[in-house]
Amino acid sequence: MQMLDLSKFQAQGLETCFHDRHINPQIYAGLNGSNWRLKDYEARGGYQALRKVLAAEGGMTPDQVIAEVKASGLRGRGGAGFPTGLKWSFMPRAVPVQKYLVCNSDEGEPGTCKDRDILRYNPHIVIEGMIIAAYAMGATVGYNYIHGEIFEVYDRFEEALEEARAAGYLGDRILGSNHSFQLHAHHGFGAYICGEETGLLESIEGKKGQPRFKPPFPASFGLYGKPTTINNTETFGAVPWIINNGGPAYLECGKPNNGGTKIFSMVGDVQRPGNYEVPMGTPFAKLLELAGGVKGGKGLKAVIPGGSSSPVLPGAVMMDCTMDYDSISKAGSMLGSGAVIVMDDTRCMVKSLLRLSYFYSHESCGQCTPCREGTGWLWRLVHRIEHGQGKAEDLALLDNVAENIMGRTICALGDAAAMPVRGMLKHFRDEFAYHVEHKTCMVPAYV
Amino acid sequence: MNSSAASQASAPAMELSAATLARFDKEVAKYPADQRQSAVMACLAIVQQEQGWVSAQAEEAIARHLGMAPIAVREVTTFYNMYNQQPVGKFKLNVCTNLPCQLRDGQKALEHLCKKLGIEDGGTTPDGLFTVAKCECLGACADAPVMLVNDRQMVSYMSNERLDDLVDTLKAQAK
Repeated sequence: MQMLDLSKFQAQGLETCFHDRHINPQIYAGLNGSNWRLKDYEARGGYQALRKVLAAEGGMTPDQVIAEVKASGLRGRGGAGFPTGLKWSFMPRAVPVQKYLVCNSDEGEPGTCKDRDILRYNPHIVIEGMIIAAYAMGATVGYNYIHGEIFEVYDRFEEALEEARAAGYLGDRILGSNHSFQLHAHHGFGAYICGEETGLLESIEGKKGQPRFKPPFPASFGLYGKPTTINNTETFGAVPWIINNGGPAYLECGKPNNGGTKIFSMVGDVQRPGNYEVPMGTPFAKLLELAGGVKGGKGLKAVIPGGSSSPVLPGAVMMDCTMDYDSISKAGSMLGSGAVIVMDDTRCMVKSLLRLSYFYSHESCGQCTPCREGTGWLWRLVHRIEHGQGKAEDLALLDNVAENIMGRTICALGDAAAMPVRGMLKHFRDEFAYHVEHKTCMVPAYV
Repeated sequence: MNSSAASQASAPAMELSAATLARFDKEVAKYPADQRQSAVMACLAIVQQEQGWVSAQAEEAIARHLGMAPIAVREVTTFYNMYNQQPVGKFKLNVCTNLPCQLRDGQKALEHLCKKLGIEDGGTTPDGLFTVAKCECLGACADAPVMLVNDRQMVSYMSNERLDDLVDTLKAQAK
């Protein structure tokens, strides 16, 4: 059980987080890797927002907290972009039953690695955000569901929880108020589907992580059948700043309907892969520049702008986009989780899609026929095209299978598998056709 | 439910040490008293850490401790990718080859490791030291090539030189 000494192989966060190439950061501000503990967080002004909310004199009511979050324009950072304040207002606060608050740190959307850096370098900002959210919604118990693959981060989060309990920020009658909140960490163990919120709830209940049919939504029937709100790690991490500085100020740092800063994971063919916290609405070109441009000075071919589930966009289209929900949506994709997968001009789109299609087929939970069977079809079709055995009718068949998955499954994994296929065929159809016709790749070299 | 579930079992429950059960109970305490099953994922991970894999006998013991049917434990073991349903090497190495990692040589890292150790993806070396397998997104895409050692430790920027060094380091620590 003794841990191996692998320190020389472990990342120190210098490249991904402590690089001084953020723009007006809020969540990543002032971090250096060794200042994650409670006393460091307090020295940075941590837990002041909680004190402000719970103050005996001039504190905030739950309604005021929700109103502030609504005014901030904060939208869910996990991928769906749903307005956070509105989500919080769905909780039936007046109903006298146990309510739960859950943080979704099951960060497994390919390309995304921002929550890991938040949790390992600034865990208390998430804890503080959750305590405030719990107060606003009347939840007294919470869980942070952490991706099982980042077990060291899970262990650190447990330590941070102990610190917060010892300091009276968690537990009964927090800071002398009437608000009590117990928070625990729960780890996953390798299932992409548990990032889906109802699959995640099933997983906390100790079951297979198979998503639930909605409605009922978690706000009425969630964890253990009780009202539950689930938000992403980064969403909770934004809350203390909003309380300290006010909702309008948060909105101001972004653009209308897209408040605040956002952490983008710049991955793939960039010179300096890592996380970049920048204001919403920052031009993609600027973000690419922060990440050092395309690796090796090559041309920009394509970008998958919001995690592997979002449709790919040609590089030229991306260069005209700003990084916010509305701009990327207008261009035909999604901001998603903020994972920006950059692909240079030597990349074969068939080979790239093949790896993604394998992934979705592998991770389909098997519950819905269109997804369970359809993702396997997509994978096998792309596989045979890539391996020179594609037929002329295969492109139409790919369209057809994708079409028959979309909107016909309990959860969004089906759509997530179909959208990359549709995006690739929309923008790079000629490459797939070339593979079918010539039994080989049209890009010069796949390195 | 306990006794009927146990009587249907195909494998007798193993005896777990007091230390292991204490670790279980620390997890159980996180959940409501009538929701002991919520701790099943953590208990399975603890068993795997201590024994290297999850045997039917261990599942049975967990089922008994949490008041679950053994089949409900088996459903969890088989649903989540990281539980080892068979014994693996002393060092299980999982290399991410998903697209963002593939773009940064994740697949090459897997191939280098397999070639160096003389095994296929998913295989174990004859001396029982290493198991190597590809895996899905570890949520550390900017660290690619990136991999997990025995589920709980992540190593980053694994160029071929660093992979060679890692194998040597692990061999040295195995002694």
